[in-house]
Amino acid sequence: MLVYVIRRSIQAIFVLLVMSLLVFVGVYAIGNPVDILINPQADQLERERAIQALGLDRPIWLQYAAFLSGALHGDLGRSFVHGTSALRLILERMPATLELALAAMLIAVLLGIPLGLLAGLRPTSIAGRSIMAGSILGFSLPTFWVGLMLIMVFSVMLGWLPSNGRGPTTELLGVPVSFLSLEGWRHLVMPATNLALFKLALLIRLTRAGTREAMTQDYVRFARAKGLSDIRVIGVHVLRNILVPIVTVIGLELGSVIAFAIVTESVFAWPGMGKLLIDSINLLDRPVIVAYLLVIVALFILINLVVDVLYLALDPRVRLAEAKG
Amino acid sequence: MNPQDPPFRRVLADFASDPAAMAGLVLLAAILVAAIAAPLISPQNPYDLSQLDVVDGRLPPGARNAAGQTFWLGTDDQGRDMLSAILYGLRISLTVGVASTVVALALGLALGLTAAYVGGRTETVIMRIADIQLSFPAILIALILLAVLGQGTAKIIVALVTVQWAYYARTVRGAALVEKRKEYVEAARGLALSPSRIVFRHILPNCLPPVIVVATVQVAAAIALEATLSFLGLGLPITEPSLGLLIANGYQYLLSGKYWISFFPGVALVLAIVSINLVGDFLRDALNPHFRR
Repeated sequence: MLVYVIRRSIQAIFVLLVMSLLVFVGVYAIGNPVDILINPQADQLERERAIQALGLDRPIWLQYAAFLSGALHGDLGRSFVHGTSALRLILERMPATLELALAAMLIAVLLGIPLGLLAGLRPTSIAGRSIMAGSILGFSLPTFWVGLMLIMVFSVMLGWLPSNGRGPTTELLGVPVSFLSLEGWRHLVMPATNLALFKLALLIRLTRAGTREAMTQDYVRFARAKGLSDIRVIGVHVLRNILVPIVTVIGLELGSVIAFAIVTESVFAWPGMGKLLIDSINLLDRPVIVAYLLVIVALFILINLVVDVLYLALDPRVRLAEAKG
Repeated sequence: MNPQDPPFRRVLADFASDPAAMAGLVLLAAILVAAIAAPLISPQNPYDLSQLDVVDGRLPPGARNAAGQTFWLGTDDQGRDMLSAILYGLRISLTVGVASTVVALALGLALGLTAAYVGGRTETVIMRIADIQLSFPAILIALILLAVLGQGTAKIIVALVTVQWAYYARTVRGAALVEKRKEYVEAARGLALSPSRIVFRHILPNCLPPVIVVATVQVAAAIALEATLSFLGLGLPITEPSLGLLIANGYQYLLSGKYWISFFPGVALVLAIVSINLVGDFLRDALNPHFRR
């Protein structure tokens, strides 16, 4: 077990290093930030001073070495545009993204598992069929367009919900959050629903397939033969068995929700790190792009690592196979 | 082709017996014809500036201008007929989606078959790269690449190909590993045929059914991804107005209630994606021997 965790961690660090190199070297191809960041009316002397101040005159590999040693000290460079630490800029935006992602995941789980159960228990009923048709739509509709349509209906036509921003935030243990105030909820509900749709469709399908398979198993028939109520059979016996793969998928999908938040945040002008990334790409603010990508890659590697290790702890079959291999 | 069992006719006959798949196929055919024939059937050439008049800007659907021209789906801010813009946009979206899928398919097949047939370290390296890549969401990889490469039609195709190849490589490798152990491959080896002939003429045709299914679904995914990237302003340049760019253009007018500039291109996009997915869903069942009736 410990050997496995160490091996996976070394692999994770290696992937992180390779990604940092790829991202850093690659971002240099975007264009010349000098043209964008420095006032075109500036004279030659001012230009050179600015280039020197930003460190753009040094060879690429030296810039990378400086960047890498900085990264190890928690310094990922300064934003060209904001003039502040790129990492701090991202960390400031992170709570907004995490709140949105967790709210979306919560919606997907709270709706997806019951709907999937229903569709799995009554696959031929009208409700079961409609749920499945809905989940196909959830897969097919492009997230950003659904977001626009939500804004059109609920903000423009009905005027019920605000179309952008996070609203007033409340401090919770020093972290600004939206969900503690009614106004915050009104801002949160639409983007979170939008982001949840794809995962909702996925969870419905997963739960439905699991339920249908479980219902044919002997243990269900046996539980019924014992005279247990339907609620107990489904709530305890079926649900417990289908929950293991579902929990794994939820863990793995959390990273993907954070990545997809880029789109939702852009549509709803939600001030998270995804919107920061898009803004930075448009402004060629390279330190922020590089820092964002490294933060998200690190986040991903961490989530994958935790899910793998958890899976190992939860499922004895995997544990045994790993011990042998 | 085996005379008792002509697969294409069989698949066609199956289509006729499945209403959802049939609807998808008809819709897809209509969309393809509309996209290909866009210059012939659209009411105006939306990118010929001499045909546009800013006075006609932002007209609602069904409005007529002073010259008696009717704009069934309204006009955008420059007085462009949305129906024409959508037909042209569909053309661009489909071209990018299909082109990237074809390139990714070729690349994925070559790498996946090589991995399966050669095995050893080559296989480990190829499949390891695919594994690592598939552990990140497609949109994130595409965004990283576009942040790195910059914008342009060729660049977005590169990004879409990079995102997609791993699916094909993994699918074809799985199928090829099974085929590789069969007797006909043994027989071909016995005839001392060259490895490339065995791989491409003997193994590949037998691996195609699952690959076709993945490719169908991936065309839809590629179209959706391109639209998303273009909407974010990181996809196609403004000179190639795909459906995603049309939607992005209408975004700013949405808040003032002028919904049609974003709404109708989105409907076209959704119809294209849903019809491809319906056909893909059907092909998955039709080409899977386990589900054969």
